[in-house]
Amino acid sequence: MGPFVPDLITDQLNLVVALAVGFLFGFVLEQAGFSSSRRLVGVFYGYDLTVLRVFFTAAVTAAAGILLLAAGGLLDLKAIFVNPTWLWPAIVGGAIMGLGFLLGGFCPGTSVCAAAIGKVDAMAFLGGSVLGVFSYAELFPRLAAFADSSALGPALVPDALGVSAGLFVLLLAAAAIAAFAVGGVVERKVAGAAAPSSAFPRRLHVASAALLLAVAGLAAALPDRKARLVAKVSAPGYVPHHLVRPMSPDELAFRIVDGDHRLRVVDLRGEAARAARPLPGAVSVPADDVLGREWRDVFARRMVQKVVVAPTEEEARTAAFLLVETGFENLAYLAGGFPAFERTILTPGAPAGEPRFAPVVERFRTEARAALAERARLEKEAGTPAPRKAKKVQGGC
Amino acid sequence: MNDRPMNPYLAGVLLGLVLLLTVFVTGRGLGASGATKSVVVAAVGAAAPEHAAANPFYAKLVGPGHENPLKAWLVFEVAGVLLGAFVSGLGAGRLKVGTERGPRVSVRGRLLFAAAGGALFGAGAQLARGCTSGAALSGMAVLSVAGFVTMLAIFGTGFAFAWFTRGLWLPGKAER
Repeated sequence: MGPFVPDLITDQLNLVVALAVGFLFGFVLEQAGFSSSRRLVGVFYGYDLTVLRVFFTAAVTAAAGILLLAAGGLLDLKAIFVNPTWLWPAIVGGAIMGLGFLLGGFCPGTSVCAAAIGKVDAMAFLGGSVLGVFSYAELFPRLAAFADSSALGPALVPDALGVSAGLFVLLLAAAAIAAFAVGGVVERKVAGAAAPSSAFPRRLHVASAALLLAVAGLAAALPDRKARLVAKVSAPGYVPHHLVRPMSPDELAFRIVDGDHRLRVVDLRGEAARAARPLPGAVSVPADDVLGREWRDVFARRMVQKVVVAPTEEEARTAAFLLVETGFENLAYLAGGFPAFERTILTPGAPAGEPRFAPVVERFRTEARAALAERARLEKEAGTPAPRKAKKVQGGC
Repeated sequence: MNDRPMNPYLAGVLLGLVLLLTVFVTGRGLGASGATKSVVVAAVGAAAPEHAAANPFYAKLVGPGHENPLKAWLVFEVAGVLLGAFVSGLGAGRLKVGTERGPRVSVRGRLLFAAAGGALFGAGAQLARGCTSGAALSGMAVLSVAGFVTMLAIFGTGFAFAWFTRGLWLPGKAER
């Protein structure tokens, strides 16, 4: 599952990857005609809307592709870099860049392409941008307060609008196609026969638009991976490939008290319930995040039985099945949910089954109750372990 | 503009796929202005280390305990852009030293305005944490608010003020 940085691809190798994807980036930008400042600014005067078409097609392709990879379980959306938002700095910085675009005729990436093929004006642009960064840096102590204002963190547009990411990408594709159509009319009005969009037949425009809509529509229609897996494991008649067994409260209590190294309790109950009724040695996993990368090394240990504990048996079983579906083995779930454990083990006087064994069972439960309380107390004294965090990719300019 | 570039939809799909590949493999997007920042930080760090240490803009990236700022992902990526564009230009027969300018601007004027535009872009990209590639395009791909806001601000300002800079790019009334 991607991304492969930092687990599979080291920081050193990542620089080689950077060179390779940079090569492709530069090649495509130059092929698109972006090494020409007059073509680039054409978007602002209406005589050449190549920038509009390339830029929005690329944005929709990449956004839909990311969602499709995630739906297929190939890309972990939580691990990729989302550039954080500083709202007003982004608006003001963007406006300054817009003016820079009008005066300079390039943006930084395209100026590198144009400089590579010998455009002296692009070299001047690059020289100017070094000066611009230097001036900003020198003024930074005075600008820092504004630069760090209105921070929204890694905010996403679909969340802000309250729609699904897939639907938003579909809307984006529709908006892009509308802009291409209007742009085409403007372009032909301004540039006449020289309009770049009249250089190829109408059916190519239509086919491209249809393809873009189809890809975005697919991204919108596919359920996300977790929803799909939950539906699969909740379906009647679902049988997991690997054994997932229910574990009785007595077995769980015995193995915890026994200090069984081949047992790991996975606690999905949430902070409050866990603090009130702790399970010693448990790893606490948020219920909606069992497939998160940060727990992978816990679940990946095949010799250790992972027993999922949740408020209800159904929740625990679903989580265990989900883990089995994503390739983990040796899972169990607490039968009857945590209330069963609380009722039989943690509460004195519970019915203890067959009368002949009842005294033994009752004695075991009493001892287990005391041992669990003692273990919990020791753990509390030792302090809570640092929360696990998934490694996140760093990015941005 | 004697040559015809690639069909813009095909170029857009290819550009989107390059960005997708980058996100899939590395978890981050493409960029450009970050490399300029690395160059500036490295130069100031080498020329005036004490000055760099006193300013958090530099001190975050250079000085004791930091790797060479030039050993950055975006520096290598932009080196790749330079190579890729060169190879593309070579293949298309577009390698030519010269200055492209609007019909009403002198070469000197064009170079001055290009440098001024670069300066604005360089400064603006620091404030917005990225340029058209790093903030707008890569941000839009991951559906970030920053990506869309930066894109709208860049192009919105471009459209709003294009009238004032028409002398740089459009032919005069008599020539039309």
